[in-house]
Amino acid sequence: MKALRPAIIFIFAATTLHAQNDLLGELSKLDSNSSAPVQATFKSTRIINGHSVETVKKNHMDFRISHRFGRLNSGSYELYGLDQATLRLGFEYGLTDDLMIGAGRSTEQKAFDFFGKYRLIKQSTGAKEIPVSVTLFGSAAIRTVRPVTEEELARSFQNKLTYVYQALIARKFSERLSLQITPTYLYRNLPDLEGDKRGLFSLGLGGRLKLSKRVSVNAEYFWAARDKNSTLPYYDSMALGVDIDTGGHVFQLHFTNSLGMIEKQFIGETTGSWGKGDVHYGFNISRTFSFDKKSKRTK
Amino acid sequence: MKHHIVLSMIFFIVLSGVSEITFAQGGMFAAATGNTTFSSETPMENINAENKKTQVLLNTATNELAIRMNMRDFVFPNKLMQEHFNENYIESDKYPNGTFSGKLDQAIDYSKDGTYDASATGSFTIHGVSKTRTIKGKMKIEGGKINLTSNFEVALTDHKIDVPQIVFVKIAQSIKVKAEYTLSPYKK
Repeated sequence: MKALRPAIIFIFAATTLHAQNDLLGELSKLDSNSSAPVQATFKSTRIINGHSVETVKKNHMDFRISHRFGRLNSGSYELYGLDQATLRLGFEYGLTDDLMIGAGRSTEQKAFDFFGKYRLIKQSTGAKEIPVSVTLFGSAAIRTVRPVTEEELARSFQNKLTYVYQALIARKFSERLSLQITPTYLYRNLPDLEGDKRGLFSLGLGGRLKLSKRVSVNAEYFWAARDKNSTLPYYDSMALGVDIDTGGHVFQLHFTNSLGMIEKQFIGETTGSWGKGDVHYGFNISRTFSFDKKSKRTK
Repeated sequence: MKHHIVLSMIFFIVLSGVSEITFAQGGMFAAATGNTTFSSETPMENINAENKKTQVLLNTATNELAIRMNMRDFVFPNKLMQEHFNENYIESDKYPNGTFSGKLDQAIDYSKDGTYDASATGSFTIHGVSKTRTIKGKMKIEGGKINLTSNFEVALTDHKIDVPQIVFVKIAQSIKVKAEYTLSPYKK
């Protein structure tokens, strides 16, 4: 009898195996084990000031209104900065699901900016696992503020232009945590201040931590590779904020020491210092519209 | 002792072989095309999505029916809505599939062409919450193919799908689902 026991176990195992062999189990076997891209690494195409790996999807337009107020330490007369507002309006459009273009106009320096952004690699799970997402970003900006000083008058068209190149590398570590590292190269045909170099390397770090399905805390830091002995009045840009996603709109509320909202300004020309309280309250509002023909279909 | 193990293994192999044969002989039909669409209709906004990759198996010998879909395969015209559907409502990372597993309530003569009213009772699962439901529909048999269609509703609260107050996009409390599956003989 004892010798029979393994046989009994085997038969038992065989029958239980077959009990699981139902139709639904059969269907799950049909599942293509293809890899699935990870969605929503960030809620918006910006972490705070800087771009995130996300792009606007095909035939969708993202209308962005961004504000930065004056400095918190400017006192009650200026209502702690709220009397002074600078703005960037942006229209950003998805040509494909991975390629987007955008244009914006900033109050600061009356600058126009134009950019292209391409999602090169998508973080994926499944058969073919890819650990990170990589997006390439390039932009050109031109200042159109009327020249006043002699120095400004002497600026040629060429010398009003600046260029930015970035590789955005991000990973969604979990449902809640996403981190991004952003190597950046900034090139100014003519830097604003004497003694500043045309080219500037920078490394950005950013991330988000979701507090709930629709609210996340975001942080961002851009370290700029300036000379240690530099006497330029520039600081690294740092920002802390909250994203609130209401479905259709994303509200981003934040504090930052940068006034400008385009790379050349917040990476290259941040004059505020957190230590001195030169902090600006600001917000970005993003509204996405779908121009997909199918969305007009009522049924 | 060893003999018994070998014997039982042979027995197991034979047994599984036999059941594979009966499985195939049972008259298995699988979806060649499986379209599942749903719509949320409110006076403010209509939202539609379509899943063209729904998988269906029907065993005509036992009347068993199984339906399975990957929730990520629902395509929305508005990609932001699609992202919200996956991230905030269905939570497709946690609950990747929607399934139905049950039996047809009527005895159907599959050898005759025709259109029949049919219903299936079984376990309907989305967002990780199962409900026993009887879903009505139509079955059309034509030229060795079986066409299944059904219209039914799914109440969000039945499956613990939350719609927060803050959301500006209006979402119906009851979602209309339309299923259309064409089945042909299943080849492994």
